[in-house]
Amino acid sequence: MSTATVRPPQLSALVWLNIFTRTLAIQGAWNYETLLGNGIGFCLEPALRALPGGTHGPEFKEALARESAYFNAHPYLASVAIGALARVELTGVPAPRIERFRTALCGPLGSVGDRLVWAGWLPLCSLVALTAFGLGARSLHVVLLFLVLYNTGHLALRIWGLRVGWARGLNVASALGSPMLREGPAHLARAAAAIAGIAVPLTTARLLARHGSVIGVVIGIAALLAVVLVRLHGRIDGYKLALALIAVFALFSVIR
Amino acid sequence: MELMPVALLGALFGLDVVCFPQMMFSRPLVAATVAGAFAGDPRMGMLVGATVELIALATLPFGASRYPEWGSAAVVGGALAAMLEADRAGALTVGVLATLATAWVGGVTLVKLRKWNAWLAGRRRPALDAGARGTVIGLQLAGLTGDAVRAGLLATVAMAVLLPTAQLMLAHWHSTDALSRSVVVCVATAIACSAAWTIFHSARGARWYFLGGLAVGVATVMVMAR
Repeated sequence: MSTATVRPPQLSALVWLNIFTRTLAIQGAWNYETLLGNGIGFCLEPALRALPGGTHGPEFKEALARESAYFNAHPYLASVAIGALARVELTGVPAPRIERFRTALCGPLGSVGDRLVWAGWLPLCSLVALTAFGLGARSLHVVLLFLVLYNTGHLALRIWGLRVGWARGLNVASALGSPMLREGPAHLARAAAAIAGIAVPLTTARLLARHGSVIGVVIGIAALLAVVLVRLHGRIDGYKLALALIAVFALFSVIR
Repeated sequence: MELMPVALLGALFGLDVVCFPQMMFSRPLVAATVAGAFAGDPRMGMLVGATVELIALATLPFGASRYPEWGSAAVVGGALAAMLEADRAGALTVGVLATLATAWVGGVTLVKLRKWNAWLAGRRRPALDAGARGTVIGLQLAGLTGDAVRAGLLATVAMAVLLPTAQLMLAHWHSTDALSRSVVVCVATAIACSAAWTIFHSARGARWYFLGGLAVGVATVMVMAR
């Protein structure tokens, strides 16, 4: 019988809750040497206690050492790896195979997560909240809209990752080809582009609500400046430019 | 507003940026609004938060890239702006400036923290290689604690330095409110537009979606202005 089809021991709901809570802190010890490595070991530790001999057994110690080594992934999609690695560790897959599997997971879980979450879901939710702000929503509603919307996707992704990883073990790669992960970033990008078009003028208008006559001029100048920034693509950080320009203006406003 | 609430909020929101729980309480729109509410003026906090949120669209926290730390920075900016006279010319400008400056320094402190985490892990290498449970958990807790302390200290020091500086600046502020707001909002809008283009242009048809959205947005502004 293939090790992928060996049934792993049942993990209680409490253990899963423990693992899930730990995934929220997976980047707690993030560093430039092992990246997410210690976090993966930290999240898997409650599951590894089910190995023969418990926390004092050699299997536990070997598995924890292996799982705390270098690992890189998007923090939310790392839950796919955690679920899959828990399964392979508890079903007696040979160590060299686990290590190869672990290495193979790093790349896809990083790039897919970055495109799906950081370049898709996060800006989309941010722009939806800015649209609500621009339409005159109250501060509490804007904040709640953003947090509820964003975290519905965020927490669902983490839970899905744990479930699919645990269910498929070594075969989890097929889950990474799911339509949500394959097509999702492009759909999110188009939706976010449309919302960005709506959100930016609305936000600008509300920020300048007390000086309605200048809105058109500000949007026009901003559009020209944006074209320059796009042409400078990647050569300057937007926030550093903003810091420099606003600092110069503040200095001018104080000393003139 | 005392420094203690700023320190606690700064620690909480700063921790959320990377370490725990990454639920994006740390986004400027959220953190600045909440800090503004604590300081007595959520509306002013939200104005700072919305302006900085436009700028923050340009910074994506990809992997090991270096990025500004918006969480504790937005707490400082939101609280600071809320403590100034909201209708006074320059209040929004100095609130945004304080956020950006603190975020920049915060980004540097995040890098230092990551190096410290690596140093700690290096010292514990033999125990890690032996699969010591206490070491794995200890390193994680040390990193989380270090990040909370970092963010809390950053918010405290930034507030202590920037609040009197902002008050001094506003006492000598000569630009009108219209000009002050226009400059800040113009810069933020330009960065948001270029960020949107950079993020989305590679998706097929996204530029048309953006232009379509822009037409709807501009039309809505014109209707609302009547």
